[in-house]
This record gives sequence, C-alpha cells and structure tokens, in this order.
Amino acid sequence: MQHVPSNVPAVEVRDLRKEFRRRSRRKPDESRFKRRYRTMPALRDVTFTMERGECVAILGQNGSGKSTLVRLLSTLLLHDGGSAKVFGHDVFTDQRAVQRLVNRVSVEASFFKKMSAAENLGYASRFYGMTSADTKDEIPRILERVGFPKERRTEPMENLSRGMQQKVALARALLTSPVLLLLDEPTTGLDPRSKLEVQEFIREVRLEHDATILLCTHDLAEAEVLADRIGVLDRGELLCLEPVDELLARYGASTLEEAFFAATGRTIEDEVLDEDDEEREVFA
Amino acid sequence: MRAMAVNLKHDLIGLGGVVERNVYLTRRYIWWDLAFFVWTVANTLTIVFIAKGIEATGGSIDVEATTTALLIGAVVWAYLGIIFEFITETVAWERWEGTIEYTFMAPLSRAMHLGGSGVFAVLYGLVRASLLFVVVAMFFGLSMPDANFPAAFAILLIASVSFFGIGMMTAVLPLISPEKGAQLGFVAQGLLLVVSGVYYPVSVLPEWMQWISKISPATYALRGIRGSILEGQGLLWANVWPLIVIGVVSIPLGLAVFKRGEIYAKRHGKLKRSG
Repeated sequence: MQHVPSNVPAVEVRDLRKEFRRRSRRKPDESRFKRRYRTMPALRDVTFTMERGECVAILGQNGSGKSTLVRLLSTLLLHDGGSAKVFGHDVFTDQRAVQRLVNRVSVEASFFKKMSAAENLGYASRFYGMTSADTKDEIPRILERVGFPKERRTEPMENLSRGMQQKVALARALLTSPVLLLLDEPTTGLDPRSKLEVQEFIREVRLEHDATILLCTHDLAEAEVLADRIGVLDRGELLCLEPVDELLARYGASTLEEAFFAATGRTIEDEVLDEDDEEREVFA
Repeated sequence: MRAMAVNLKHDLIGLGGVVERNVYLTRRYIWWDLAFFVWTVANTLTIVFIAKGIEATGGSIDVEATTTALLIGAVVWAYLGIIFEFITETVAWERWEGTIEYTFMAPLSRAMHLGGSGVFAVLYGLVRASLLFVVVAMFFGLSMPDANFPAAFAILLIASVSFFGIGMMTAVLPLISPEKGAQLGFVAQGLLLVVSGVYYPVSVLPEWMQWISKISPATYALRGIRGSILEGQGLLWANVWPLIVIGVVSIPLGLAVFKRGEIYAKRHGKLKRSG
C-alpha cells in the first residue's frame, strides 16, 4: 500500500472541463481547402469529492463522459478547465505522483495477446518499480486470489476467455497496490457468473486494501450493490451524486432506473439520440 | 537525493521491463522474424549483385571492393530499419495490442520507456545485421583480408546513439497519426540514407544534399565502417566526434519532440487503443 496523506480527500474535482475538437463537415459551397472545427464538450464543469476508502459509482449512457473522466484522472488526457487532485496531488502538473497512486480496469482487458498472464503482469509491474524477484511470488499469489487457474498462467492471453482476461486485468491493477482504483465498466460483456465473481472481488479489495474506488458503469444493479454514493453523468454534466436512498428520494423514484430516467429524461439503455451524442461517444 | 535515487532505480527497472517484453515477443514471433530475415537477405542480394552486373555489362570496377561497399550500405540500411521499426513501434504496437493506456498512465519516465525499446533494438539489430553481413558475404565468397571488424562494430554502436535519438522523433508519429504514423518512420529512414551515401560516395550528390549529409549520422557510420572493413582503418576521430555531437543533440531533441507529441495526444484524446 502506498503512503498517502490522511488529511486530504482521495479525489477532489472542481469545475473539470474537457472538450474535443472535431473537423466540421464541409458545406457544399465551401472551399475544399478551408478547414472548420467545432468543439464537442465531453465534460462540463464537473465537481465532486471522494473520501478515502469510499466507493463512488458514476452512471451514464455511452458517450456521457464516464471514460473521459476516468482517462483524465489516470493522466491520459489533459483538461480544458477546472482542476483535479488525487490525494492532494494535481493530476495535470504532478502526474508522476498521481500515477504511483492510481490504477485502473477498463472494459477492454488489453494485454499483449501472445504473452501469458504471468508475462503480462510482470511487464506491467516493472513500470511500477517491481523487479522479477518482487513479482516471483506475488504474481502467482494475486492470480490465485482472483480465481485464475494455476495451470493456465503460462498460456497466451489470446487463448483465454473474456472473463479470464478480466480477472487478469484486475490482478494487474491490484499488483501495484493502488490507493485509487478506477473501474471503467469492468463487468461489461461478462457472463453472469464472471460478473458476480468480479463484483465480489471488488468488494474484497475495498475491505482488505483500503482502496478508494471510482466505478463508472451503466449497470444500475452493480452500482447499487457496490457503491456508497451514486452519481448520474449525462452529456458531460454530473447531475447529482448522493447515497442511493437520497437519490431515490430526490427524484421520487422507487428504483434506480426510475431515478435515472427522472434525472436525464432517458433510460440508461437508450441509443444515442443525435449527431452530437454520437460524436461524444466516439471521443469519450 | 534519496528520492532521485529511488526514481532512477524504478526507471531502470521499467527500462528492463520493456527489454524483457520485447524478448518475450521476439520469441513468440520468431518464425516471422525468420521469414523477414529471408526477405532482407533476398533484398540485399539484389543490391549487391549490381557490382557483378556492372562488370558483366562492360564496366571496369573492382568487383570485390564494390560488392563489399554495397553490402555494407545494405546492412546499415537494414540495421537502421530495425532501430527505427522497434522505436516507432513502441507506440504503434502498444496501440495495436490495446495496452497503450496502461503504459502511458504508469509512473515511468518517457526517456526510460523509449530507452528500453532502443536498448533492445540495438542488441537485436546488431545480431540481425551481423548475420545478414555474414550470410551475404559467404554467398559472394568475399574475403576482406584487411577488415578491422571490432572498429566497424564500434562505429556502428556509437552511431546507434544518434539513430536512437532520431528514432525517438519518428516514434512520435504514431502518437499524432495512429493510422499512418508508423509508416512515416520508413520515410525518415529513406531520407536519412539517401543523403548519407548508402550505395555511392556522398561526393556524387548535388551540393545542397552534401550539406544535409553532414548532419546525418549515417554518413559517418557508413564512411567509418567502409574504412574499417575495406581498408582496415581503426576508430577514426574524424568519424567519431560528429557522431558524438549528433548523439548529444539528437537524444534530448528526440525526447523533447516526443514530449510535445505526447502533450498533443493527451490534449486531443489520441492516447487510446482505437486511435
């Protein structure tokens, strides 16, 4: 576990803004050589705070800005306004300090497919200063903990199922003992059994590792069972962030689905509606 | 001071990780490597046969010396190709496999990240280039009685520092243009060699190209290696100092260019698997 100050919030986001620039379609009467761009807001003045050890779920449709938020906090994007701090470190000016504290699991497991689970984990851990001596016992231990079969450790990743790959992705994130874990739709596309196993493991991590977890998902049930507070992100705007009972009360809803509909005017499974939404989905 | 030492230690472990990964991947794709090696041998033969072709069409040349000079050009071309390919693929391969986000969010300095690719590329490139040289030399039965191979090897190693620096500048291209950036590395390689006298003396080039050749490390590498193998020259200072100067300039310049590219990619959302 990394040493972090105890008197600062785990995550502090203030008026965070991110826009993407996209070339506009040329009008019929416009010159072929004239380039026009328009900006697509992906996050609009998002503000929230997370305390250490808290699990916050952000709900939103595809293209709502969830992944943009995760990618900003994991130093993969630069912002266009506002600020973001992780345990007091500025995400945009003190990137290396933040990178030591954060890891993530995204919807795509993302590994070198010809390399085995053990080799992929070894490679990822070197970037966090772990030598092969450090990981010799740690990799088998952590793979066992996520329920990865021992005999398949040396098999290329391309031979593993999606569920197995996602377990290795969880192991990769945990191997570096992050104090902030960013989960970007970690169970999307998994079969029900793998989904439950991953969710159980997330609970375990939180209890045993004292990790702070930001879970971005469009799985309402998952958010409800895992998170202390739930936020609704819609077209880049964070509409609310409250414990589930307060959220239901605010919208006079009996289920999270109803609350989401009341907040956004759409169901979470709705397809993107217009061209702006579609482009936002491509970037976010 | 202690924090700096810890950072450096972590960075060196990270550099080792990149080398380790490339060893794994090379092992996995070893049959493809063998196929590409056969292609490189065939390609080199087509160039080196030119010397015999000139003689056959009535030209008067020292066939053995010309064959060796062409072989050196082809081997340096192949070596440079390997260096550029590995360094450029630092980004392109990670994007293709989807690991790019995990690598760029890790606490590893970019110098060490690219350095890991560079170290592996040099080691792998030296093995491949040496094998290529030996195979083609045997094919033509070249004797090279005066050759000073240690000096030739040393000049290639020194030049590798500059090649690495320039390679870092081309490595930024797949960051900026995920679709076509990697191919642009080949353009840089071609431009570098055309002005460096890869198959001909630099003196045959137009004067403006000769000026450009002075800032190409390949010029001094080719001159030094040809001098060592054809005439048995040692490590000449006249070839070494320009390589050191170009290396000292190109490494920080390469890093700075890459850094700018990374900032651009982070600003425009290009640091992701799908591009």
